[in-house]
Amino acid sequence: MMVLRESIIMKIHYGTAIGALFLTIVHILMRLTQDFHESLAYENVIANYESVGYALLLELLLILISVHGFNGLRVILLEMNQGPTYEKAVTIGCLAAMAGLIAYGSRTIIMTSMGMT
Amino acid sequence: MATLHPKLSEERSQTVVSSTKSVKLKIKRSNPNVNSEERFDDYVVPIEKWTTVLDALLDVKSHLDHSVGIRYSCRQASCGSCGMKINGKPALACFTKISELDSDTITVEPMDNFPVVRDLVVGFERMINNHKKVMPYVIRDDSEIDPESGMREFLQSPENVEKYIQFSSCIKCGLCNSACPTMAMDKSFVGPQALAQAYRYIADDRDKGKNKRLKIIDESHGIWRCHFAGSCSQVCPKGVDPAMGIQLLRGYLLGIRD
Repeated sequence: MMVLRESIIMKIHYGTAIGALFLTIVHILMRLTQDFHESLAYENVIANYESVGYALLLELLLILISVHGFNGLRVILLEMNQGPTYEKAVTIGCLAAMAGLIAYGSRTIIMTSMGMT
Repeated sequence: MATLHPKLSEERSQTVVSSTKSVKLKIKRSNPNVNSEERFDDYVVPIEKWTTVLDALLDVKSHLDHSVGIRYSCRQASCGSCGMKINGKPALACFTKISELDSDTITVEPMDNFPVVRDLVVGFERMINNHKKVMPYVIRDDSEIDPESGMREFLQSPENVEKYIQFSSCIKCGLCNSACPTMAMDKSFVGPQALAQAYRYIADDRDKGKNKRLKIIDESHGIWRCHFAGSCSQVCPKGVDPAMGIQLLRGYLLGIRD
């Protein structure tokens, strides 16, 4: 079923973890550019989305966390049960859920950055 | 106390006449071929400072209950036959002294993560199949038999021997697989024993089968399912460190080792 070898998948898994950690740190540090509560005010959050750089950061963070999280879920589910049909269903299910979450999150980021709130 | 055959119950343990100490041995009994019943039978056996759990079990078998099912052979931690759970931890019965357990009651059970054949005897099919799967032998195109000079040797430096020598001490007792939490969950997991043996041959510079073995263990129930609990290394009676072998193997797969 798996097109990619497990070592390639795990390299992606570790890479996305490191990438997500780095971007999350940047994301949190951005709160320090102004007063914390102020940075979470509605207008400032929308302004973040409208900045292309920040919107790209959020999009990348969404992709990294989705890939890492759903691969982690796949690993847990593969350990809980075994069998060709089950494993195929888990892999397809996790890929579909990952794609769905990225699509839904991207829609939010794109719409907000275009001012469609 | 177990119901004993009248003649057997009249017999007395004769292991050590001078013994003044005794322990209660709780043995888990089951026979899945007959029924699903599981129970603990208690036996009181005399012990000395040097009495091992295997000695005590053989004492029970000789004098109290011939029907206790155990597997053993060498009595010196070389054959790997007498692996079992002793007071909750996987260990070799012949390598565990009762005096060192610091307990008046010794509970012996069959190893976890193995199918029970009867009482303390478990089936090794899964472990042996996984062991075979990783091709535990030196793979080369050429041979030690040289058509011109007869025999030749594949020489190795002491430094190269050092890279794998501890892993060649594995006696296939199955204690590492028994202690492994992933083995308990994932019935298809290749297991620490086979992975340690994969490393043993990959790290051997006489071997040319590295890529074949890496491909075998690089699958969805292979090396990546290890959570590095480290319990495999803790229970090994021969000082093998499968957890380290697994991490070193991952280094090959991640491209950080040649």
